[in-house]
Amino acid sequence: MPSLDSVPVELWIAGILALYMAWAIGANDVANAMGTSVGSGALTIRHAIIVAALLEFLGAFLAGGHVTDTVRKGMIDMDMVSQEQLICGMLAALASAATLLMGATWLGLPVSTTHAIVGAIVGFGAAGIGMEAVNWPKVGQIVVSWLTSPLLAGGIAFGIFQFTRKMILDRSEPLAQVRKIGPFFFFFVFFIVGLVTLFKGLKNLNLDLNFPEALLASALLGLLGAGLGTFFIGRVSTGEADPEHRFDQVERIFVVLQILTACAIAFAHGSNDVANSIGPLAAISSAVSGSELASKAPVAPWMLAIGGIGIVLGLASWGYRVMETVGKRITELTPSRGFAATLAAATTVVVASRLGIPVSTTHTLVGAVLGVGLARGIGAIDLRVVGSIMVSWVATLPISAVLSIFFYFFFKGLLTP
Amino acid sequence: MSWIDKLVGRSPIGPMQEHMRVAVECAKQVTPLIDAMVTGDDDAIAAARSEIDRLEHEADELKHDIRSNMPRRLLLAMERRDMLDILDCQDSIADTAQDIAELVDQRRMHLPPPLAAPFQNLTARVITACEQGQTIINELDELVETGFGEREVAMISSMISELGRIESETDVLSDQAARVLFSMEAELGVATVYWHQLILWIADLADYAERVGNRLRLLIAQ
Repeated sequence: MPSLDSVPVELWIAGILALYMAWAIGANDVANAMGTSVGSGALTIRHAIIVAALLEFLGAFLAGGHVTDTVRKGMIDMDMVSQEQLICGMLAALASAATLLMGATWLGLPVSTTHAIVGAIVGFGAAGIGMEAVNWPKVGQIVVSWLTSPLLAGGIAFGIFQFTRKMILDRSEPLAQVRKIGPFFFFFVFFIVGLVTLFKGLKNLNLDLNFPEALLASALLGLLGAGLGTFFIGRVSTGEADPEHRFDQVERIFVVLQILTACAIAFAHGSNDVANSIGPLAAISSAVSGSELASKAPVAPWMLAIGGIGIVLGLASWGYRVMETVGKRITELTPSRGFAATLAAATTVVVASRLGIPVSTTHTLVGAVLGVGLARGIGAIDLRVVGSIMVSWVATLPISAVLSIFFYFFFKGLLTP
Repeated sequence: MSWIDKLVGRSPIGPMQEHMRVAVECAKQVTPLIDAMVTGDDDAIAAARSEIDRLEHEADELKHDIRSNMPRRLLLAMERRDMLDILDCQDSIADTAQDIAELVDQRRMHLPPPLAAPFQNLTARVITACEQGQTIINELDELVETGFGEREVAMISSMISELGRIESETDVLSDQAARVLFSMEAELGVATVYWHQLILWIADLADYAERVGNRLRLLIAQ
């Protein structure tokens, strides 16, 4: 990072807006991801914040590059964009997405950071530069993924729930079964996360593994995970059997698995959503430093630090309260259901991030919860909430695009001498 | 999880179980009522009736609460229609207990000694049937927990069969009670009609408990 005096004003604004975006992400999404674990008493709020911050950061750092690249230069034809246009556009994208997030948080609507940033970039690209500057096939691919990713997550959640039903819950000794199967889930999570991260993913660490190497390393990581799982599951005190609620003991073991998936979703979220705030920042940084736009300007550590600090601030200021209210409420989503849904969502998001497709963590999670519901695993699902989520889903794009066009001309007027 | 909490709506199963608990508790008060009729204690009869009235009212409140919290927009693990049918059967248990208590209290009915044992035997078995119904309803959360697992479904099915068996025993006992009653018809006169009505209503308690089970059997057979 250059000395502070030489930092151009554009970069200052971008840094502050990126910090604000990360704050909003931390305040909302992360608190949601960890909320059930706090609610079930598995983690204290302080531990949840530490774990979430650490894993979000790791996710962004280790697996976030692909989405950052897509956000930075995948959706707009960089040859047609001047440096000045790019700077104003990316500032506009950050400003509009952050404004949208703030408004939605205030109204209590679940909107997707990803949808907001994609809508914003398309908005300034189409209005500020020209319709032909937008890489429509890529945008189309992203939009289609917003339909396919919840469907995929729903399918996976359905499968995971059926698996836990057949292998654990519908057995004569479900408690012994969950102790036996639990470590395999740990293996699966560590393996998947390892594979998508290690396979040509660790450019930040100058570690470039080919597929067999990555496979082997992931398997080893999976075994480590299984060991951790055995340890943690072994430590759970299941308490006395209660004939009125025969599955309480099993659910207590599922709490451990739920923490695992909460960690996985924090990692997945970091790899996918944090890139939404860092991506535009990276683009602005490389533009103001005058480097070649098409060249691979790496995501500098200070940008990740902004993302990380923002998330921790968000968690500590607002997310703290979200988790506290969740902790006091009895949720109808028992740990075994929460586990199946979150694991499915995390798997989908991590894989999509690896493919460089920005998907919505929130909507993937909605798809996953519906998947468990369709397997008749949840007492009641409110379809009106599904409807309102879908409406906010569709509305995010145009609102964000319009806001972005406004901010684009605002910044253009502000920054152009 | 603000929006996940909204997405995963309030399951009607917990309130349904609470409703069944109250309805069966209401039916159980028929035992002290019958005992008071045997000893001819009018104060005890009035006390049993007011307890039954209180429980029936509580069951009603719960029923309305469940109904108004089961809008069509909820995707339920169990069909809404089936749940409401089961709720109606559960509620009929409390309603019938109230009918019994009302008639007994209004007519100050004291049991003639030959009828005491038949009434008490019938009532005891009927309460067993209601309790079995409650045990079955208490399995609803486990049923969803296992995602309608085969093992759980098989277990509930056998519990429902057991309920059917208990109910047919109550049929035999009510038949015996009616025979004793009609052997005293000349002596009792027009009161025979009311005593007979009472036997039918007590037997109805077991009928409604069995209906709860049968509705549930249809539901889990899907």
